[in-house]
Amino acid sequence: MIEIEHLHKSFGSTRAVQDVSFTVKRGEIIGLLGPNGSGKTTIMRILTGFFPPNAGAARVAGFDAADQSLALRRKIGYLPENVVLYPDMRVRGFLAFCADVRRINGTRKRRRIEAVMHDCGLREVADRLMGTLSKGYRQRTGLAQALLHEPEVLILDEPTVGLDPRQIIEIRSLIRGLRGRTTVLLSTHILPEVSMTCERVVIIDRGRIVAEDSAAALSRRVEGDDRTLVRVDGPAAEVRRGLDAVPGVERIEAADGIGDVDATAGTCSFIVHSNAGEPVRKAIAAAVVGHGWGLIEVRPLALSLEDLFVRLVTTEAVGPLP
Amino acid sequence: MTFLALFRKELQSYFVSPLFYVVAAVFLCLSGYYFYTDLIFFVTFGFGMNILENFWQLLLVDLRLVMLLSLPMLTMRLFAEEKKLGTIELLLTYPVRDGELFLAKFAACGAVFGIMLAGTLLYPIYVHVLQPFPWVPLIAGYLGLFLLGLSFIACGIFVSALTESQVVAGMATIGILLLFWILSWNEAATSPQLLRALIHLSMFDHFQTFAHGVIDAQDVAYFVFFVSFFSFLTLRVLEARKWRGGR
Repeated sequence: MIEIEHLHKSFGSTRAVQDVSFTVKRGEIIGLLGPNGSGKTTIMRILTGFFPPNAGAARVAGFDAADQSLALRRKIGYLPENVVLYPDMRVRGFLAFCADVRRINGTRKRRRIEAVMHDCGLREVADRLMGTLSKGYRQRTGLAQALLHEPEVLILDEPTVGLDPRQIIEIRSLIRGLRGRTTVLLSTHILPEVSMTCERVVIIDRGRIVAEDSAAALSRRVEGDDRTLVRVDGPAAEVRRGLDAVPGVERIEAADGIGDVDATAGTCSFIVHSNAGEPVRKAIAAAVVGHGWGLIEVRPLALSLEDLFVRLVTTEAVGPLP
Repeated sequence: MTFLALFRKELQSYFVSPLFYVVAAVFLCLSGYYFYTDLIFFVTFGFGMNILENFWQLLLVDLRLVMLLSLPMLTMRLFAEEKKLGTIELLLTYPVRDGELFLAKFAACGAVFGIMLAGTLLYPIYVHVLQPFPWVPLIAGYLGLFLLGLSFIACGIFVSALTESQVVAGMATIGILLLFWILSWNEAATSPQLLRALIHLSMFDHFQTFAHGVIDAQDVAYFVFFVSFFSFLTLRVLEARKWRGGR
């Protein structure tokens, strides 16, 4: 449904997008993940026909973004990054205007406006001037106009920015509900969002694709690295030696004062790295008790998506994840 | 229809903001004052003389200045505001041709100007009630004013498409239009050959024929060309986002 081939885009001497290629199948929800300024918005603007690429090609629903932009724009719904709407229009009037421009009329117009206002929770602000709406409602009005014409492809630039936690959950479930019917490309710099809504993830940094994989494979990768937090009531140096002797343990690092680890006097904390799949936690507990120290806490530490992201971005590894 | 939807939106945005009412009020007050003083002048010094040459012509020429000051206030927001707000990004990712968008803005502003100009028709009606006079030459004058206004609007929209700042757009438009006015006003500063060329370029010299009650194809062609030229430039500016990037 979306095909991007060797896309390049520069603004003056700034290379915003460099040799980006990926495809999105019909009905798939794909996440474009990257830090601010990594080229996500540029890719999306090319896909919406806002401006053409310097080199390479982007096709949506078979239409070329540069040459068949008008036909392409009929197929897509787009939520821009900064949702800015006409401040002196009312929500319902704005959606009616969007329907008119898209040549939706008659009963379908009325039915669709009611449907998107219901889906996006806009009923209570239908007659408010858009200039008086809160950021959350503006965002949802932006989403409503993108969904209005039941587009085949939905391009959402940071759809949950500015929403409160309850609204984020609503919007995410709305997007998940489109799975199979609508092809969705959404960008975000919030990592959990990707694992919650997307089937596949393209991670980009400084205009290049750093990794591309399914969300499931990413989670597996995240779980693959085994780390255990151990908190013990005992002499730190001896405890460290004792833990090191446990079979399967690869490396130990001090964890006092890191993150949520409580540095209570008399206890010491370590992060124990072990080979994936080896049941070291039982052995650790036995070793601690065997030495006569007090075992206060043993818990698995997952490698977060943030860690993974930082690792990918800093090593600049190109290609699929190992 | 896409064009109609855009046109209606542009027209609505004029009538929901106080700007239009302020501009229209200033336009009608100033032109009303011109009408009053020109009429007093005519009654005092020109009574019994040709009303067309000694009154209507003066008034039409005076109205130019009021238009020069008020029309840029109506055009300055057309693209600059959408660029500042960012709504242009939404519109340009809708299935809308650049030309449709431009035409909707041009037509809406033209319609609003038409309404303002129609307000001044009160003066000839009033005079006609007091003392009937030949209408036809005045119709030519009004056609001239309308064409002149459309030229101002085309130029104003072009400047508005260049910037995100409404104030910059308004001021620059006034500057450009004033330049077209004063191009040929000082014969001493130019050589005769250059002056002839400048007169051809000067908007107000072309308007003069209309004010005399004459519709000359050459002058109509000038205004049509002027409008087309600035429309063409505006469309090129809209297209420029494609190779320049940004919005």
